Amino acid sequence: MSALLAIDRLTVRYDSREVLRALSLEVARGEIVAVMGPSGVGKSTALRAVAALQPFDEGRIVVDGFALAPGPVPPESRLVPLRRRVGLVFQAHALFSHLCALDNVTLALRHVLNQSRSEAEEVAAKLLASLDVGTRAAAWPSQLSGGEAQRVAIARALAPNPPLLLMDEPTAALDPARRSALGTTLRRLSEQGRGLLIATHDTEFARGHADRVVSLTT
Amino acid sequence: MIAARTFGFTGLALCLSTSLGAQSAIRRELVWGGDAEGGAPFVEADPANPSRVRGFDVEVAERIARGLGRRAARFVQVQWSSIDQSVERGDFTLGLSGVEDTPVRRARHAVTIPYFEFREVLAVRTEDAGRIHGLADLRGRRVATLGATIAYDLLVAARDSMGLIPLSYDDDVHPYADLTAGRVDAVLLDHIIAQRALRRGGGTGFVILAQPVALGHYVGVFARADSMVRDSVDAVLREAMRDGSLEQIFRRWDVWDQSQGALFERAVRANAAPTGTAPASHALAYLPSLAGAAGVTALVSVLSMLLAVIVGLALASARVYGPGWLRVAMTLYVEVIRGTPLLLQLFVIYYGLAGVVRLPAFLAAVLALGLNYAAYEAEIYRGALEAVPRPQLEAARTLGLSELQILRLVRGPQALRFALAAMTNDFVALLKDSSLVSVITVVELTKQTAIYATNVGSWVVPGALCAAVYLAMSLPLARLARRLERRWRPAT
Repeated sequence: MSALLAIDRLTVRYDSREVLRALSLEVARGEIVAVMGPSGVGKSTALRAVAALQPFDEGRIVVDGFALAPGPVPPESRLVPLRRRVGLVFQAHALFSHLCALDNVTLALRHVLNQSRSEAEEVAAKLLASLDVGTRAAAWPSQLSGGEAQRVAIARALAPNPPLLLMDEPTAALDPARRSALGTTLRRLSEQGRGLLIATHDTEFARGHADRVVSLTT
Repeated sequence: MIAARTFGFTGLALCLSTSLGAQSAIRRELVWGGDAEGGAPFVEADPANPSRVRGFDVEVAERIARGLGRRAARFVQVQWSSIDQSVERGDFTLGLSGVEDTPVRRARHAVTIPYFEFREVLAVRTEDAGRIHGLADLRGRRVATLGATIAYDLLVAARDSMGLIPLSYDDDVHPYADLTAGRVDAVLLDHIIAQRALRRGGGTGFVILAQPVALGHYVGVFARADSMVRDSVDAVLREAMRDGSLEQIFRRWDVWDQSQGALFERAVRANAAPTGTAPASHALAYLPSLAGAAGVTALVSVLSMLLAVIVGLALASARVYGPGWLRVAMTLYVEVIRGTPLLLQLFVIYYGLAGVVRLPAFLAAVLALGLNYAAYEAEIYRGALEAVPRPQLEAARTLGLSELQILRLVRGPQALRFALAAMTNDFVALLKDSSLVSVITVVELTKQTAIYATNVGSWVVPGALCAAVYLAMSLPLARLARRLERRWRPAT
């Protein structure tokens, strides 16, 4: 079976400084892969390159048949297939501050997938409930705790139903109980057939919840 | 120390004697004020020597100075609408420049006997001469005149009784220019002014209706405290009427006609000028006009701001998203507009473009204010757009939103919250800047207040009323903005 995500010898340089050298990894459907390493090793850079938020200099990225080549990031109009395949949960969540939790989740459903408001709200409400934040649908991002904001951000990324979910440092703001609950959530998502690529420096979390760990060193 | 004090005393004595000397010099000449911008035949800069003035009012002033035994008549330039205030302030002794005889002026100041009788005449376009014979034929039509004049009061009265639309101008040239341009349907002004405008236009474009709408008189105005001097001047004027010197002056300036002879006869026969008092209801009569003018201010401001927001958004988007050449073009627009006076832009749009497109005054006012403020808005929006955190935009991108959707759904709404306070400030500033549009005949709050103040002869009550209305409009705005900001800012 071909991998959902295949990264082959991915190299990123800032000016002449190499921040990521020849990273290769694969993520299969239903698999949780953790990229580990200390801060500044290029974990986030790798995720951003896969999400086409960041150009890379060498190597190749293929997401479910859609290939990204080295060079400048292509215009959004050519990235539509990639956007349908990849969801990204930012480390600081980056929830839209002017929208309530529910509207954060319905935004892509309504304006990218062209669902009606009621349709989108139904899907979003279900997603939020499944992530245990159903009661927080009307809350503003600034009213949410770190754990709640993260789950709303996961719901937002999952709303268009992408097969691949990228998560940047998902445990950074969580206490141990929440970390364990997050692990359970991620497992459930992978069991639904999604591939998950997680950038983390949390060794315990990676070992406890990932199927595979890829270690990066400086 | 002693030497310094001695020097101080000597200096003081010197100053004192100099200033006393200056005062006696002033006493020997008659200082009079008028508006040379009003032009011939009243007062105009002498083409042969622009530092001097000439005109029949200049010669009347000189005749008065001679009659009073003064050495000379010295001219002081003053804006026509401010003559009354300046004479009370003591800027000059006598105001003389086509000053009209009104009951309010007589009540507030010391006014001479009338020395010239003028007719308020209607000017209409040549092709309308067969249709329009008087104010009654101008229902629903726009009729221009000079602000704060008897003619303007006549038009305001006719607005209520005959349904015409009075338009007030700051000068007496543009009403006729706008008449031939088709912007107004008639002009009501003194026959001297109308005839001069007709000569200036080569005798074409409009005709002056023979039947006058009303009669009026020119007078000299003194400060109320100077009624003794006024009485002496009345005697001089009567003498000048008797000895024919006044007639000679008017004949020289080609403004003599039979009605002056009749006026002179009446004046010489009667020993006192007709007097009147300002009816108490006069001030109250202005309140509806003030309310209407406040409405104009509000409407001009709201429409201009709307235009400024729309154009400002387009400019800012072009500067943030556009290609290099467009960014340069938009930057140029913003800098040119911000770097030149709004007043100049108003003139260019209303008068400068008249050859290409003849904009109605209200539209020109909204366009000029809106396009001017758009430049400021653009800078606010550009800053606000650039202040939206990058992760917000990246998150929107990963969801598959197009750049336009990101602008519309994420970046724009967030930027609006950043921009709101600055936008409110701009709107309050625009509300006040809207007073400038009176230069292109839109009578808004400040202009109406000026007319009111000229008529009642004081700025105290009109000024306070005007300030109160501006505050009543701007304070709720600031409150509304604070409320919106609170509502749009997610609670913490």
